[in-house]
Amino acid sequence: MIAELGLAVLWMAAALAVLQLVAGVLALRPEGRQLAGLVRPVAVVQGALVAVAFAALVSLFLTTDLSVKLVAENSHSMKPFIFKLAGTWGNHEGSMLLWVTIMGVAGGFVALIEKRLPENTLIATLAGQAFVSLGFYAFLLLSSNPFERLAEPAPEGAGLNPLLQDIGLAFHPPTLYVGYVGLSIAFSFAIGALVTRDVGPAFARAMRPWVLGAWIFLTLGITAGSYWAYYTLGWGGWWFWDPVENASLMPWLAATALLHSCSVLASRNALKAWTVMLGVIAFSMSMVGTFLVRSGILTSVHAFAVDPERGSFILALLAVYIGGALTLFGLRASTVTEGARFSFVSREAALVLNNVMLCGILGIVLIGTLYPLLTEAMGVKVSVGPPYFNPVSAVFAIPMMLVMGVGPLLRWRQDSLEGKGAARITLPVGICALLSAAVLLGVVLFAHHIKLLPALGLAVAAGLAPASFLPLRGRNLRRTPLPTWGMVIGHFGIAVALFGMASESAFSTEKLAAMRPGDVQQVGPWTVKLDGIGPVAGPNWTALEATVAAGYESAAPVMLHPQARTFSNPPGNRTESALKTRWNGQLYAVLGEEGDDGRWQMRFWWKPFVPMIWYGGALIALGGLLALLGRVAADIRRLVATDKIAYRRMKQGR
Amino acid sequence: MSAIKAKHQRLVLLVIALLALIGAGLLAAYALKNQAAYFYVPNDLVANPPEQGRAIRLGGMVEKGSIKKAADGVTVHFIVGDGKARIPVRFTGITPDLFVEGSGVVAEGRMEGQTFVADNLLAKHDEKYVPREMKDMTAAQAKQVVAETK
Repeated sequence: MIAELGLAVLWMAAALAVLQLVAGVLALRPEGRQLAGLVRPVAVVQGALVAVAFAALVSLFLTTDLSVKLVAENSHSMKPFIFKLAGTWGNHEGSMLLWVTIMGVAGGFVALIEKRLPENTLIATLAGQAFVSLGFYAFLLLSSNPFERLAEPAPEGAGLNPLLQDIGLAFHPPTLYVGYVGLSIAFSFAIGALVTRDVGPAFARAMRPWVLGAWIFLTLGITAGSYWAYYTLGWGGWWFWDPVENASLMPWLAATALLHSCSVLASRNALKAWTVMLGVIAFSMSMVGTFLVRSGILTSVHAFAVDPERGSFILALLAVYIGGALTLFGLRASTVTEGARFSFVSREAALVLNNVMLCGILGIVLIGTLYPLLTEAMGVKVSVGPPYFNPVSAVFAIPMMLVMGVGPLLRWRQDSLEGKGAARITLPVGICALLSAAVLLGVVLFAHHIKLLPALGLAVAAGLAPASFLPLRGRNLRRTPLPTWGMVIGHFGIAVALFGMASESAFSTEKLAAMRPGDVQQVGPWTVKLDGIGPVAGPNWTALEATVAAGYESAAPVMLHPQARTFSNPPGNRTESALKTRWNGQLYAVLGEEGDDGRWQMRFWWKPFVPMIWYGGALIALGGLLALLGRVAADIRRLVATDKIAYRRMKQGR
Repeated sequence: MSAIKAKHQRLVLLVIALLALIGAGLLAAYALKNQAAYFYVPNDLVANPPEQGRAIRLGGMVEKGSIKKAADGVTVHFIVGDGKARIPVRFTGITPDLFVEGSGVVAEGRMEGQTFVADNLLAKHDEKYVPREMKDMTAAQAKQVVAETK
């Protein structure tokens, strides 16, 4: 019953999306003006209906209704509650339903609260949102119906891939999806603005909170995903340049560029066409990412729930949306008015450089991700990994981070690095640059085993960390606006994450050994002793668990318990690494298999400062959150003020 | 420095963006040529050996009875075959759970002499997942391999 209800509600939501599109398009013409009032309510109801459909699927998974095909194929009655819940989106159909749900709810939310945009632009935006949603509704309803029933209910479900039975699944995909799909709002705003040719500061101010919101979720999703891969795969790496990871990084790069160009457009009415273009690109990258993930067209460590035939459907959607949006952009871009001017030494110029560099990195990642597909079409199979991505993206990332130290100090429109500018900018930045140079020199002189990239990373991080706080110099900290705090903390987060990355690759030590209980090994400053190995059992798995006593230098040892888990439904194995975090790094232990001679394979890493990568990611997201709060608070104050003025005028009878 | 005309400014921005993108493209093309890891099956590896030390990927079936553990307990030697050629492989590390004899594997690494030294082994993640490079082979060549090892 719930399955049928869910399907019916999903069809109704799709029908409303058609209505939203048609009414929106008609309302933009003079003869259809009376339909204008229809668009907002329809968008809200559409969002509510699709949320109900998603809730229906969640309840099917929670009750493990085995007469539903999707549940039978992906769930199991013995699974813990949290994985029954997360199993809803741990598969193809469920994740696509989550996708349209977020799109619908976000669209409804915009319709409900967005008051700053000119009404026509908003209507065009909502029509655009409906147009994009429709493609995904069609995809769901025609080729991946999540509510399909089985002729005979299955006796038991097939269960969830053990690799996915992790708390990470409950948070990582939904967070990332909110980010991906949140960018659809930016895309629709861009389409709306192109249709009405109304690109200006008001448009940027209206779009910015949505972009910020999506960007915060993307940042958190990528950070969480990186940590998840780090501890579940048991390979000790935190980023593999895997197509699925790249698929989440590309929209983030585009959204980061969009965020910065939005601030130029909002403050200075410049970079108009460019901002619109980035709005289109950011969501296009989300769709490309989904295509790569969902079609299984690329080999990936994450490749679960893949289906090559569906790839062609998403490919067609991609062609329609990206092609259509770019065509519209090509037709309209030249009619978007010229932006305000600025000089080469100005905040705008620094932000342009940031944008160009981010787009460069985006291009590098995109080409590297798609290259295996291109060569495969010519019959050559290749894979592209860190030896390509790391140095080539650094060529763009390092200049960008250098400018990041200076850019926030520059004034809008025109500034000077001499005269008054010398004390304000050149001197403090120079000190930070000296710090970087000192670190680099130190590495070259005393630690030449460190490779070039980590050395540069350490140096840049050392200069960028203090430089990111310079915008607060000479300010009253209590009166500093929240968005400025957000920028400072976000930039500092970049320095922290960079330090973690560079440190991980410069200072990690690894020890791989076959050990008998009682054996002792040295891993960096740690002394590790294998105490014993014994069986343990969880709700739906059994495991062999090693007990490892690890002592840091001369401190008392702590116990670590790495496991090798065996799952029964579906059958599968997973290593469960054990981590011990100190302020200055993390000890990582993995249990391998037993040899014929009774020795156990053990692998240890000591990774100095590696948690900084994820603390940095969290700081970046926190910076975004502060900026968002500041913007929203300012908008509310402005709304209250306009209401007051209107009220006074009314009272005075004007 | 004075602000330039708005029209020119747009042109300058466009040129900068284009230059950066073209630069990125050229850099990517150059780096890909040198850094992309080509995929080989054992037969290709024998027919067209890559230069020593270049990062490549080798895919094939782990030959029955070929997995041997070295005395250090963490290094394995095995033979990857595709029915036509056989390549000895050395790997130091913890093997993936689904790394077993008679099953498919993709190894990342390089040729050192006549031995393929693997940094990483990708075996099937679960019953549903097969490395994509292996799909063609498991259909056509796996049967052959099985027939020959019987």
